[in-house]
Amino acid sequence: MTHHDIVIIGGGPAGLSAAVAARKAGIQDILILERDGVLGGILNQCIHNGFGLHTFKEELTGPEYASRYIAMVEEEKIPYKLNTIVADINKEREVTYINREEGLVTIKAGAVILAMGCRERPRGALNTPGYRPAGIYSAGTAQRLMNIEGYCVGKEVVILGSGDIGLIMARRMTLEGAKVKVVAELMPYSGGLKRNIVQCLDDYGIPLKLSHTIINIEGRERLTGITLAEVDEHRNPIPGTEEHYSCDTLLLSVGLIPENELSKGAGVSMNRITSGPNVDDCLETEVEGIYACGNVLHVHDLVDFVSQEAALAGENAAAYVKNGKRGEKCHKVPLLAENGVRYTVPQVLNVDTMQDTVTVRFRVADVYKDRYIAVYYDDKLISRKKKKVLAPGEMEQVVLKKSSFADYPEIGRIKICTEVE
Amino acid sequence: MEVRNLICIGCPLGCPVTVTMDGDDINVTGNTCPRGADYARKEVLSPTRIVTSSIRVNNGAIARVSVKTKNDIPKSKIFEVMDEIRSTRVDAPVSMGQVLIADCAGTGVEIIATKDVERA
Repeated sequence: MTHHDIVIIGGGPAGLSAAVAARKAGIQDILILERDGVLGGILNQCIHNGFGLHTFKEELTGPEYASRYIAMVEEEKIPYKLNTIVADINKEREVTYINREEGLVTIKAGAVILAMGCRERPRGALNTPGYRPAGIYSAGTAQRLMNIEGYCVGKEVVILGSGDIGLIMARRMTLEGAKVKVVAELMPYSGGLKRNIVQCLDDYGIPLKLSHTIINIEGRERLTGITLAEVDEHRNPIPGTEEHYSCDTLLLSVGLIPENELSKGAGVSMNRITSGPNVDDCLETEVEGIYACGNVLHVHDLVDFVSQEAALAGENAAAYVKNGKRGEKCHKVPLLAENGVRYTVPQVLNVDTMQDTVTVRFRVADVYKDRYIAVYYDDKLISRKKKKVLAPGEMEQVVLKKSSFADYPEIGRIKICTEVE
Repeated sequence: MEVRNLICIGCPLGCPVTVTMDGDDINVTGNTCPRGADYARKEVLSPTRIVTSSIRVNNGAIARVSVKTKNDIPKSKIFEVMDEIRSTRVDAPVSMGQVLIADCAGTGVEIIATKDVERA
C-alpha cells in the first residue's frame, strides 16, 4: 500500500488552504483528492464578488479567490488527483479512492484532512405538497447550470429560502433577464448576510417575504406556479393568507448540510447541531490523525474564514505527522454552548497544548439585539462583549488566550453564552 | 436636511449607517471603518456597483467564462452593461484578467475575465 504523509479529501478552498499550510509546515508528501475535474470547488461557480477581503485585503470573485490558492498549490508542486472520488476512509487512515486511470486504490495516510465541503438541502427534505415537475432546482444547482454550463434556467422565478446562495441567485437571474417575483423565507429573519439583501434584493426591487412558505407546487411536466402562505410562530401556514404566483422556476435555498458520509465511515463522532465532526482546538476529530476543516466541519458564511480554519488544520496535521500524538495526559476542557449560542467549533480545548490563541466560532439561535457574548471558565465570568445585533445567518467568534488559563489550573468547562444585561 | 439609513455593502459586517445631508454637507455615522463612510457618501450622491456575470465562450472547455466590471459602474447603467455582456461572444482560450469588452455600454469601464478557460 502506498503511503502519503498527509492525504486531503477535497480540493476546494478548505483543501487547498490546508495543503499549502501543511507544506509550509515542512511536509513534502501531500496528496489532494478531488472528485471534480478542476480544483477550486464551489468557488468556480460563485462568480460574484466579495471574497477575500480578510485574506487578500481586496474584493475578488470566487474564481479569482480560488485561483490564488490554486497558484500556491502549483507553486509548491503539491500533487493532486482530479476526477477522483474517495469511497472510504477507515480509522487506520486507509483511504480508498476510485478514478478512471487507476481503478480502485487504497492508500495509507499519516494524517487525513477532511475537506469535503457541504451540499444543499433538497426539495425532498421539505415535504412540500405537489407534483414533481421540471423547473425546481436547488439554488446552487441553478448557479452551476447558469454560470458554468451556460443554460438559461428559467424566466419567471420564485425563490424559497433567503440563504446567501438564494439571494445571490435572485440578482443573477434578474441580470440575465428573468423576473424574480418573490423570495420567501420561513423564518422571521433572513438566513443571509445583510449586504446581500441590500445588493441582491433591494437594488432590484425584489420583495422578501419573511415568515412565509410554499404550500403547493403546481404543474405536471413543467412548473406552472406555486402557492405562498404566511406562517404563524409555530411555522404553520395561516389559512386565508394564501397567494398564488405563476412561475416556471423555483429555486430552493433552504440550508446546507456538511457532507460527512466518509467521516462517519471512519468512525468520527458527529455533532448533532453542526452536522460536522466534533473537533478539538487542533481541529482533530475524535479519531487520531483525522482532521476536519471548512464546510464539512460546519457551514461558513465567508470563504476567508474557511481558508484560515483549513490552514490551522494543515499546520496541526503536519505537527502530528512530525511529532506524533500529543501528550496522553492532556487537560481536555469541553466548550459548552448555552443560552442563545447554538454550538461552538471547536467543542473541546486542550489547555496544556493549545496555541497562544484559539478562535472559537459559533452561531446564535435567533436574532438578538443589544446582547452580550459572555465567556465563563467554570462559573467565573472571563469576558463580555456587547453586540448591537446577533443573527443566526452571521457566524460569530471569540478568541481564547492561553495565558488566560494560568489562573484556572483545575478548569472543568468553558461556557459561551449570550446575556441580556 | 435629509436623513437616509443605509446598510453598508463594503464587507460582510453590513454596518447600519446613517447619512445626514444638509446641502453640500454630508455627515456619516454608524460606520465601523473608513470604507463605510466612502460607501455611504457615494451611495447618496451617485451609487455604483461592481457587476459580475458570464460571457459565452466559443470552443471552450466550459461554456462560459465568468467576468466582472474592472471598476464599479453607475447603478443606473447596470442593465445596459448587462445587455452588452449578454450579446458578447469570445473565443477560447481566455485568461484571467483578459479584457473582453474595452468600454462597456459607454461607461468607460472594461469587462475582464475572472477565470481561465482553455480550448475544448
